[in-house]
Amino acid sequence: MILKTNKFAQKLTILTSSTDMSTNDQIREDVTIRFAGDSGDGMQLTGSLFTNTTALLGNDLRTLPEFPAEIRAPQGTVPGVSSFQLQFGSREILTPGDECDALVVMNSAALKANLSLLKKGGTIIANTAGFDKKNLSLAKYPEGVNPLEDGSLDDYELIQIDVTKMVKEALSDSDLGYKDIERTKNMFVLGILYWMYNRPLDSTIDFLMQKFGEKKPEIAQANINVLKAGFFYGETVELFNSRVTVKQAELEPGVYRNITGNEALVLGLVAAARKSNMPLFFGSYPITPASDVLHGLAAHKKFGVTTFQAEDEIAAVSSAIGASFGGSIGVTSSSGPGIALKGEAIGLAVMLELPLVVLNIQRAGPSTGMPTKTEQADLMQAVYGRNGESPLVVLAPKSPADCFDMAFEAVRISLEHMIPVMFLSDGYIANGSEPWKFPQSSDLKDINVSFEGPRTNGEATPFMPYLRDDRLVRKWAIPGTEGIEHRVGGLEKEDGTGNVSYDPDNHQKMTNIRRQKRDNVALNIPEQDIDQGSTSGDVLVVGWGGTYGSIRTVVHQLRKEGHDVSHAHLRYINPFPKNFEALLKSFNKIIVPEINDGQLVRLIRSEFMIPAIPINKVKGRPFGVSELKSAIEEQLSAQATA
Amino acid sequence: MVETLIDNFVKEHEADLTTLPDYKGKDFASDQDVRWCPGCGDYTILKQVQNAMPELGYAKKDIVFISGIGCSSRFPYYMDTFGMHSIHGRAPAIATGLKVSRPDLSVWIITGDGDSLSIGANHFVQLLRRNVNVNLLLFNNQIYGLTKGQYSPASPTGSVTKSTPFGSIDHPFNPLSLSMGADGTFVARAMDRDPKHLKEMILRSHQHRGTSMLEIYQNCIVFNDAAFELFTDKKSRPQEAIYLEQGEPLVFGKDKNKGVRLDGFTPEIVELGDNFTKDDLWVHDESDKVKAYILSRFFDEQNTGDGEGELRFPRPFGVLYADDRPTYDDGVNAQVQHAKVHHGKADLDALLSGKETWTVK
Repeated sequence: MILKTNKFAQKLTILTSSTDMSTNDQIREDVTIRFAGDSGDGMQLTGSLFTNTTALLGNDLRTLPEFPAEIRAPQGTVPGVSSFQLQFGSREILTPGDECDALVVMNSAALKANLSLLKKGGTIIANTAGFDKKNLSLAKYPEGVNPLEDGSLDDYELIQIDVTKMVKEALSDSDLGYKDIERTKNMFVLGILYWMYNRPLDSTIDFLMQKFGEKKPEIAQANINVLKAGFFYGETVELFNSRVTVKQAELEPGVYRNITGNEALVLGLVAAARKSNMPLFFGSYPITPASDVLHGLAAHKKFGVTTFQAEDEIAAVSSAIGASFGGSIGVTSSSGPGIALKGEAIGLAVMLELPLVVLNIQRAGPSTGMPTKTEQADLMQAVYGRNGESPLVVLAPKSPADCFDMAFEAVRISLEHMIPVMFLSDGYIANGSEPWKFPQSSDLKDINVSFEGPRTNGEATPFMPYLRDDRLVRKWAIPGTEGIEHRVGGLEKEDGTGNVSYDPDNHQKMTNIRRQKRDNVALNIPEQDIDQGSTSGDVLVVGWGGTYGSIRTVVHQLRKEGHDVSHAHLRYINPFPKNFEALLKSFNKIIVPEINDGQLVRLIRSEFMIPAIPINKVKGRPFGVSELKSAIEEQLSAQATA
Repeated sequence: MVETLIDNFVKEHEADLTTLPDYKGKDFASDQDVRWCPGCGDYTILKQVQNAMPELGYAKKDIVFISGIGCSSRFPYYMDTFGMHSIHGRAPAIATGLKVSRPDLSVWIITGDGDSLSIGANHFVQLLRRNVNVNLLLFNNQIYGLTKGQYSPASPTGSVTKSTPFGSIDHPFNPLSLSMGADGTFVARAMDRDPKHLKEMILRSHQHRGTSMLEIYQNCIVFNDAAFELFTDKKSRPQEAIYLEQGEPLVFGKDKNKGVRLDGFTPEIVELGDNFTKDDLWVHDESDKVKAYILSRFFDEQNTGDGEGELRFPRPFGVLYADDRPTYDDGVNAQVQHAKVHHGKADLDALLSGKETWTVK
């Protein structure tokens, strides 16, 4: 396979964005591909660009970025491998795919780390430059073993390309230095994949022009040339048996964009601020995988958003409480370890009865754990993880796009009920993306906020900051309002006056009030619906958060196979929707799959005395469809024999 | 341009300063019983803060006191202003969020040596570094009072307390040096037993734009009585304390016969008389950062004398350092304002649709 560089050069001058189908095209309903390379190889960007192009073509899709926690883990090693998986299709796609059809490996470590995720017979596109002696040894292949040459990959379609050499050739006229040339490798591979899957180049070219066009036009041009070179390479050397075409998905009509969970979360917060006409104050401390929320909001100041990068997690939440005291929507974000640090201050907000939105983008493990890996193990922390009886509201988005709706809801509930709301996202939906049929601003409901008014007529009784309405909500009484000067604090207070009180009966009363106030939120949220299936029957699979896609896909398959299985997905967890108990009790068996060691299942058991069955996994990755399906099938057959 | 409920609220509720009530100090006392120990230095401080309030030029409704945890942190309950008694050490962070989002307010932080030099030390230095336009009153009694008598990060080495029966090992913080090191823009000290000077310093703190750090020596009558007696007792005060005045030479002593002069960067005590006159002395300049740092430490580092026979450096009170530096809250709000004016229309629909969309028919 020798590259004809002259033919290349000729073609490079032609702009093509052809997606015409040729005769030997293969049509597929869905495809899963995975880009893997060293963490410096730009695999996340490559994956995102492929995703955007694919979204624009109208495929449904789901992505799974996976990267090491280190910015540059030791080069060439297995721990340093960064991957990006994406499933796209013409049918409904709800997971990033269990196994991939095509695997791009930029070096031998990437192959070693990812081969088990490739289907038998799948395609490997290997950068041979990453399989030299040094790389093989860094990847800890035994001396003298090269998987590309020893026949161990005979079960796969193996395509070997010296990408480093290709980009040097493609940029032979360029003045760029070696490092800059080397950095364009990912664009070559992306070009090949665009050819393989019949995708146009324009969206990526636009991106490159926007990113580098003005400041570094030569870098933009080099990347574009290499991207095209990859595309033409695929076309010219006829590497592949056939190209694959995935037709547009039959999505609900409307206008769509692609969006990650953290992006949607940012937009949800801004939208809620606008629909309530409130300033939003965001106090945050950088932490993976929540930092993108800070980055995102920092760019939206014109919408009345103030961001504050605090000195630590505690200052972040405290600043949000201070802003909230002054009449802003106080929001803070973190991941599990940071939420632990914020705990005392969240308790203060519970006592003060001020609005506060706490975003937890969950990661895996206790302590520092696995920062870039996903898990759902902070549910108990969210519900109970503070000193004393400290009730608050817990919401959880079910997918990347749902982060928008639930962020909006978090703000709405917090403002309407003067109560802290914990928003539980996770690394998988935060970084993963999907097509989103975004709303028009006019579709979004207004959130009505009012402050306590001034008292200027020499009222006989002093202002009572803890007087409540029938939902037990107190008024938001902000500084600057005449005649209602008052003090709040973390000490137990007398209801009504807010004066410090150690009276035993008062503490009982206030504890009951704070619980009831939280429970009253159930009257202001939707009832629990059934995602698939019926409202009563044999088996109900109950999920929450990022497991939505896997559970929905599995339940769909099981129902097609004739099983009486339904699916309900909780987005409002604390309090539970008011019909939730009745719904659970109208099924014979409740199965609760979670990416933790059994947390929602314990809440359900303890709250409703229902012997719900857990299905758990904690591997830092979402449920695969097939593993979840067999786990549920096991429970179904256990039931059959019981 | 986006105008939020709060923007409108601030405009609507703006106090008419020409018709401010003729406040008296007692107008700032809340209806709550004050519960500090009898004889506690906090009482005088409360009184002087209340006395200073009518002179701020702010309506009562626009003043907020935020405290952390400790004896001093009960303070907001006793002020008839807006107030928050928050959690241990975090008042500076809460005040930052409040001031940044509500620059129209006069925000006061009440804290102690445990609250802000120990559990909240990080927030304390970050506040000073950012220069948020708030006033911080640090009640320093060199002891933990509310938890009943453990040594604090301000207690001198060797302090015998409940938790250090054989004397403390820790080297203490010097709050003023710490504030200078954190690039504080206003660093001052006062004492509970000199109410007139204290009130003056409270007003100076208010007048300074930026974080005003006023350390107040406060006597804990129960757990650390007489810790500052040397400076507060009227007999020893002239000898042991020096009151700083802008543009004035550093003179102290019962008969105003001693002074401090600088030999290079080394301070020395001199007797005024035949060898030295006032013209030879160090003239206080609040804007001189290097000298302010020396001032903050010289009684710590240079004191070998016993104050009787040998000369001893006095402890400075007053404004050691005051400098104008842009405040954090001004900067943040300027940026938000700039974005509102120059970053195009705040079009929520454009934001929601993003740059790349496609239509499914």
